[in-house]
Amino acid sequence: MNRLEARLDVRYPGFRLNVDLSLALDGVTVLFGPSGCGKTTFLRCIAGLETPPEGHVRVGGETWQDGSRCLPTHKRSIGFVFQDARLFPHKTVHDNLLYGYRRIPGTERKIQPDTVTGLLGLGTLLNRRPLSLSAGEKQRVAIGRALLTSPRLLLMDEPLANLDAQRKQEILPYLSRMRAELDCPILYVSHSMDEVLQLVDTLVLMEKGQVRAVGPAAEVLTRIQPDKALPASLAGSLLETRVTGHEREYGLSLLSCNGQPLHVPHQDLAAGSRLRLHVLAQDVSLVTGPREMQTSVLNILAGKITAIEPAGEGGYSVNVLIDVGQPLLATITKKSLANLKLQPGQEVFAYIKALKMIHN
Amino acid sequence: METVSFDWQPLLLTLKLAGATVLLLLIVGTPLAWWLAHARSRWRVAVEAVVALPLVLPPTVLGFYLLILMGSNGALGGWFQKIAGHPLAFSFTGLVIASALYSLPFVVQPLQGAFESVGRSPLEAAWTLRASPRDAFFSVASPLALRGYLTAVVLGFAHTLGEFGVVLMVGGNIPGETRMLSIAIYDHVETLEYAQAHTLSAVLLGFSFLVLLVVYGLNRRLPVRV
Repeated sequence: MNRLEARLDVRYPGFRLNVDLSLALDGVTVLFGPSGCGKTTFLRCIAGLETPPEGHVRVGGETWQDGSRCLPTHKRSIGFVFQDARLFPHKTVHDNLLYGYRRIPGTERKIQPDTVTGLLGLGTLLNRRPLSLSAGEKQRVAIGRALLTSPRLLLMDEPLANLDAQRKQEILPYLSRMRAELDCPILYVSHSMDEVLQLVDTLVLMEKGQVRAVGPAAEVLTRIQPDKALPASLAGSLLETRVTGHEREYGLSLLSCNGQPLHVPHQDLAAGSRLRLHVLAQDVSLVTGPREMQTSVLNILAGKITAIEPAGEGGYSVNVLIDVGQPLLATITKKSLANLKLQPGQEVFAYIKALKMIHN
Repeated sequence: METVSFDWQPLLLTLKLAGATVLLLLIVGTPLAWWLAHARSRWRVAVEAVVALPLVLPPTVLGFYLLILMGSNGALGGWFQKIAGHPLAFSFTGLVIASALYSLPFVVQPLQGAFESVGRSPLEAAWTLRASPRDAFFSVASPLALRGYLTAVVLGFAHTLGEFGVVLMVGGNIPGETRMLSIAIYDHVETLEYAQAHTLSAVLLGFSFLVLLVVYGLNRRLPVRV
């Protein structure tokens, strides 16, 4: 298994990145944090584009930096997707794609041009010049170009940040396909949780040049004491569900979350398909009364309280972690907690007022 | 009839000098311009000022110092005479070196500007695609700086064509060796051979215009705008 080990200490006037991180490179690892938290600098250090005077970087057993000795960027088996694409304007899309491919030995060419062209839908663009491409097309070409060096690790620095919401939605399915079909671990820097929820496997939360939390995304997001690096509006749960059927007369699809039914707007998915849901902690209410109670809320999960902790600033709310077969986080007021006399171990019903579907 | 004996030699010699000067400047000026565009050294400003000196210095001043440097007793001239067996001053080689210094800013400054506007970003992209710094220079930075090269070649060439003061000081007036176009024209005027002066001047004027026309035409058609 590929592992990334990085110990870095980078100082600029008014900024310090101090990171000691060791993680398995498997699937998509998202470095998440506010602007200026050092996540891009960290990525550039892994690529060798920044060379801190002191540091240690190992990837898959290969040492890329040891103390002040640095392997130059062009000798590191990485792909790098920049926020601003950085295609070579004097070359066609075809020649951009093959720029790195031609520079690696034939035996290392695991990813082939045809595969990438098909995967990213680049077939019709090959003879165009970068200047004539839309921002979304440019970024797809940049991703393809990086992939064609068959990198041991693909680094992506906010690849969607320059795109409007619609273009983002155009590119995300390509990224999902890439993740599913190519065996290439990705380190993905982002400050927008929306764009990474459908991709993320491992989440690294960063703030002020330091790593605050590392772990599987579902676990980091539902931490009972959400880290301060995670905006309160993002604390919540990722629920893995399966489609069990459709209620066409209501325009709904029926899901199963560990055997408990959930309803979502109709999804064009076959029964048995997996669907990931993101439920924000602030969108979950807790009810102790009988399930038969009349309510307009459709999605109700029964579970048992496993922990209660004060939440966030202000001191008026608490986080309640409920085991519904998977961890589910709810943020309620202290007053409600007192009124309902909630205790760990107690059975409750979680009323889910809103949820977001994340397609894989 | 006096049309029989028109002397083309100064024109051909001048073109040869301008060509050799530009070639030398491209070889020396490219790394210098690259360093000026990318280095963060505290010496950068000083070097930039030195490169720009020929812009403000009277050519005779530059020529005077070069004459001393290249003379048989000069640091460069003495050494050259030992190796080559003839003095550096008043030779074609000496003129190429002097012209190169004189036209240095006209080649280095456009190149530096071009490299600066290409910037570090495309180079970083190339490095992450397994291109060594050298490879990235030739496959990415140079083609992107093509307009800068074109400007540098034209300015360097044209500036050398028209030089007078430096040539007079360092080269003198040896037919076939250092007798350049501008000197020949000056001679013709001095000896009241206006017809000869007219012809040479007209040829130089026409030629200069033609070169600029071709270059600006090419410049518009170049695929890359930096």
